[in-house]
Amino acid sequence: MSGILEVRGLTKRFGGLAAVDNVSFSVREGGISGLIGPNGAGKTTIFNLITGVYKVTEGSVLFAGSEITDMEPFRIADRGITRTFQNIRLFKNLSVYENVLTACHMSAKYSIPEALFRLPRFVREEKALRAKAEDLLAIMGLTERRDVQANNLPYGLQRRLEIVRALALDPKLLLLDEPAAGMNPDETEQLMHLIAGIRERFKLTVLVIEHHMDLVMRLCESIVVLNFGQKLAEGTADEIRGDPRVVEAYLGSGGN
Amino acid sequence: MDNYTLGILMLAGINLVAVLGLSLLTGFTGLFSFGHAGFMAIGAYVGAFLTVSPARDIPGLGLPLVVGILGGGAAAGLVSWLVGRITLNLKGDYFCIATLGFGEATRLVFNNVQRFGGSRGWPLGATRDMGDIWIILAVDVVAILLVANLVRSRHGRNMIAIREEELASQVTGIDVFRYKMVSLVISAVLAGAAGVLLGNYLTFINPKIFNLTKSTELIIIVIFGGLGSISGSVLGALLLTALPEVLRFFEIWRLVFYGAAVILIMISRPQGLLGGMELTPSGIRKILAERRARLALRTEAAREASEGGAR
Repeated sequence: MSGILEVRGLTKRFGGLAAVDNVSFSVREGGISGLIGPNGAGKTTIFNLITGVYKVTEGSVLFAGSEITDMEPFRIADRGITRTFQNIRLFKNLSVYENVLTACHMSAKYSIPEALFRLPRFVREEKALRAKAEDLLAIMGLTERRDVQANNLPYGLQRRLEIVRALALDPKLLLLDEPAAGMNPDETEQLMHLIAGIRERFKLTVLVIEHHMDLVMRLCESIVVLNFGQKLAEGTADEIRGDPRVVEAYLGSGGN
Repeated sequence: MDNYTLGILMLAGINLVAVLGLSLLTGFTGLFSFGHAGFMAIGAYVGAFLTVSPARDIPGLGLPLVVGILGGGAAAGLVSWLVGRITLNLKGDYFCIATLGFGEATRLVFNNVQRFGGSRGWPLGATRDMGDIWIILAVDVVAILLVANLVRSRHGRNMIAIREEELASQVTGIDVFRYKMVSLVISAVLAGAAGVLLGNYLTFINPKIFNLTKSTELIIIVIFGGLGSISGSVLGALLLTALPEVLRFFEIWRLVFYGAAVILIMISRPQGLLGGMELTPSGIRKILAERRARLALRTEAAREASEGGAR
């Protein structure tokens, strides 16, 4: 079965080190999939390869049936893949609203001259952009914090804002890199509902890297496990939980 | 107004044209340039070539000043596009160093082009016309409006996003290279236009006018006025152009005082006079909204802390 995202024989070498080594997997359209593995397993590197931040050494990435390997990051975003970062990367000195408004830019088509001279299309589309940003803030419960500068937001809301910013691009595939990092169990629980809610509401596919096993097992319909850059296992939560290789990768082999 | 004051005002207005462009590049897009005097030089020389009377020792085409302004700006913009293609892929500090090299190289080229007077300079002829203040003001107003319109559009927001967080901009679908290029070209066009106006005001140009000190002066004004603020740049250009004149009283010490004054203000207000703020009705509304939001956040945090303590 082919998915919305197909990763085939993906390899990334940094000098002699293969951070990602011949990894293949597929992400089903409309689902929530998980990418897990111990630290340094190559999870974030795979995100960087999919989004064009790193150049691929070998292999290919297909999105919605067409090749996107080594395309420039902004073109990949334009195709419909957006992401969040492990260490939050917001537009720090801008307000919550401005962060989202900026990311809405692809819904408008007016040119630079049209902006310079405030021509009718600029006025019309700019109004639509502003409405869209306000809508997103309302849906995601950030309207009250609209004017707060992004780096003054509480940590959990910074993570949420980063997700809203990604949603502003109307993505088909959303990549979340450790969205629950640094969150307490309460916040993690909320986040889980948020992710599930987003998938329903925005009809998108989610691929998430996460260390909170509880969250991954409950949220993800299929899971890919990486270890030392290679794919260790792939399957449903139950299959993964019972797989002795996965247990060994996380807990070490028993006996000594 | 006496001609002395008017002259300072004209110089401030000319500086402002170049500063607005640099403000877009540095204050909004986050790229520091120490070579914008180079673009001013290109503008000044092309402008002079277009406007100087054919009857002069070093002749030009004798076209009207407006043609000179447009031509000088366009020439600087074209050169900046070439420079950008080579240098805009450089990261942060390296781009800055490349612009420094470009500025100095441009000055040295004009130093050696005898057709334009070489290092001896080029007397442009006509006596200074104080009525040109209206042309300068018109260029200022047009430049302010265009830059302000740009930064308040999706294109300007993309530039600001690049300044804030380049990697996040890329994955947000922003063509970083393109927006850096647009920003550089617009800033160079304005620097070029300012160069034409400066030549016209001085009625004489030589390459030394456009040295590193000139580039530095422009960037100091932008930082002094406040990064990411158009009104800050306007205020900065007015104050810092007038300051050396006010300090003439100190004679040879005036540039020392100029430097000391700039240092003092940057220590007491590191974000510059109006960093990230605008003195316009919508700008002030925004400042107030952000202050309210910050206060609300603080009281909320305090309430949670006291509730937590009570539990």
